[in-house]
Amino acid sequence: MSEQKTIMRHIPDRLDSPLHSAIFSWQTLLLTVAIGIFVINSFASPYFLDPWSLSDATFNFTEKALIALAMALVIISGEIDLSVAAIIALASTMMGIALQFGADTPVLVVVGLLSGLVCGAFNGLLVTGLGLPSIVITIGTMSFFRGISFIVLGDQAFKGYPIDFAYFGQGYVWWVISFEFVLFVVSAIIFYALLHKTNFGRQIFVIGNNPIAAQFSGVRVGRVKFLLFCLTGLMSGVAAILLTSRLGSTRPSIASGWELEIITFVVLGGVNILGGAGSILGVVIAAFIMGMVTFGFGLQNVPGIVMSVFTGALLICVIALPIVVRRFRKGAIE
Amino acid sequence: MRWLLRTREIWLGLAIIAIIGGTTLRSSNFASIGNLADIFNNTAMLMILALGQMVVILTRSIDLSMAANLALSGMIVALLNSSFPGIPVPLLMLIATICGLAMGAFNGILVWKLDIPAIVVTLGTLTIFRGVIFLIAGGKWVNADQLSPGFIEMTRIQLLGLPLLSWFAIIIALLFFLVMSRTPIGRSLTAIGINPTASVYAGIDVGKTKFISFCMSGAAAGFCGFLWVSRYVIGSVEIANGYELSIIAACVIGGVSIAGGVGTVGSALLGALFLGVTNSALPVINISPFWQMAISGGAIILAVIFNSRGSGNKGRIILRQEVPKV
Repeated sequence: MSEQKTIMRHIPDRLDSPLHSAIFSWQTLLLTVAIGIFVINSFASPYFLDPWSLSDATFNFTEKALIALAMALVIISGEIDLSVAAIIALASTMMGIALQFGADTPVLVVVGLLSGLVCGAFNGLLVTGLGLPSIVITIGTMSFFRGISFIVLGDQAFKGYPIDFAYFGQGYVWWVISFEFVLFVVSAIIFYALLHKTNFGRQIFVIGNNPIAAQFSGVRVGRVKFLLFCLTGLMSGVAAILLTSRLGSTRPSIASGWELEIITFVVLGGVNILGGAGSILGVVIAAFIMGMVTFGFGLQNVPGIVMSVFTGALLICVIALPIVVRRFRKGAIE
Repeated sequence: MRWLLRTREIWLGLAIIAIIGGTTLRSSNFASIGNLADIFNNTAMLMILALGQMVVILTRSIDLSMAANLALSGMIVALLNSSFPGIPVPLLMLIATICGLAMGAFNGILVWKLDIPAIVVTLGTLTIFRGVIFLIAGGKWVNADQLSPGFIEMTRIQLLGLPLLSWFAIIIALLFFLVMSRTPIGRSLTAIGINPTASVYAGIDVGKTKFISFCMSGAAAGFCGFLWVSRYVIGSVEIANGYELSIIAACVIGGVSIAGGVGTVGSALLGALFLGVTNSALPVINISPFWQMAISGGAIILAVIFNSRGSGNKGRIILRQEVPKV
């Protein structure tokens, strides 16, 4: 046990073929799980395959998934944002205040987006400007933002949002395709392009792998991280608009506990919690998995709290599986 | 360095005294011995939990599952007590602690043997534990009339002017102090937080030490599970919901560095006391309890900023640090 060994690095002579690596990739594993769950669900309940119920199922996860897209970038860059759910609460409260001053729908949207952005910028400023660890800072801002909601609202609620405001959370673009779902798909494509096809995306990966090397290579680490926090805040603002519109009211406890669910999406999607690796496709598939599991269990009358046993176990198993497999393979080589 | 740590704790102590003093100006009863003892008693569980969390944070990990662990252990003993009132209460305390220890060990094994980051493991077990409570209790609550009088009295018995709950916190704080300052395991907990690579060369098993830290936090949470049910006389899925973040907040305010290696028993205790004193001062100075959350959030942010000013530059690490496998 105490015998000291040097680190063995296995450097392959050639890389795996693209097909081989595609088959054994994280996304393929996730996709298999997703298809499995889909098939099980369709056998388990006759109501599952109905287009309208599938459409309802998407409402379970689109708002969280929208934030998960931005959160993935933050986590890849080696930081974390635990305040997202609190930003939803604060942005929703701000919209409520605007409503009291007679704001109409476009103004409400602007207020929601702006408050999200400002909260995100506040996080970003504390993390990059003062160089503080994001995990503690965002635990602090989490209480702070939601605390402001509590100060404003107490045990009251804002109600009476305009009727056309309801479109964002309840409207359909075409047949069963909801506005929320379209927004999610469009955002997923934008985030995919941003992370995997632009310089900015490359920089996020570099920062996540080695922030100091990135700094010395001319990447503006602070600015990129700041922008990522702003982006997460903005997406939380978007989610706040959707959720407020869907619920039609604002309470300070709105979206409580979402931060942990959103991080589960991201980690399940194959993003390395320590930064430096991950893909948008994985996060999107993970969002679908979680949405379908929740909805399928709901059709079977399984209480939400029991689902959480499954969710937690799924999270740990999916993370542990590749590690165990790798260890067995290594054992076989030696 | 030692001097710096000490001043940090002194500053926090002064802040607590200032809050007590300021509140006493508004209401002269606030600083009375009886009220201060009450505040201490109300903060007792947070102190025990913060001590457990501090040990984990020292090793550069984090335990998000403590509140869920507390709720599950509490539910187990509550159910045992309501079904078999004959089981002596001290045995139930032991059972709660062992349940908590087992859950902590489960976290620890996953971190130690599979190298999964602690935040992911405990995020998963957090939801699992909560769900298991629902499963074993069938979604029901355990109410006051189902618990035996001995069970409920356990935290309320007065001893030398303080309820037993406060004495438990004092004893556990002493225990932690002894472990942290007088045993090899206490030293290695701090050592692997400061520099895991150097610790391996010094002969410390990093994984095993992390495992032990999770066992400690689990046992602390399990013991508090008993205390919680006994004090608030209820066992349900919801108890201590969201409390995991208050525990971390107490540590952070106390000056425990989330980057590992910095933190003492005193800092965790003071952090918890700070939250306890602020929470009981608010109603006295006529601030609505709805302000509580924003104020503790602001306190965390200020504490982190304040602590980072004191810690200085740690130097630049150009290559990613790799911990050699033993």
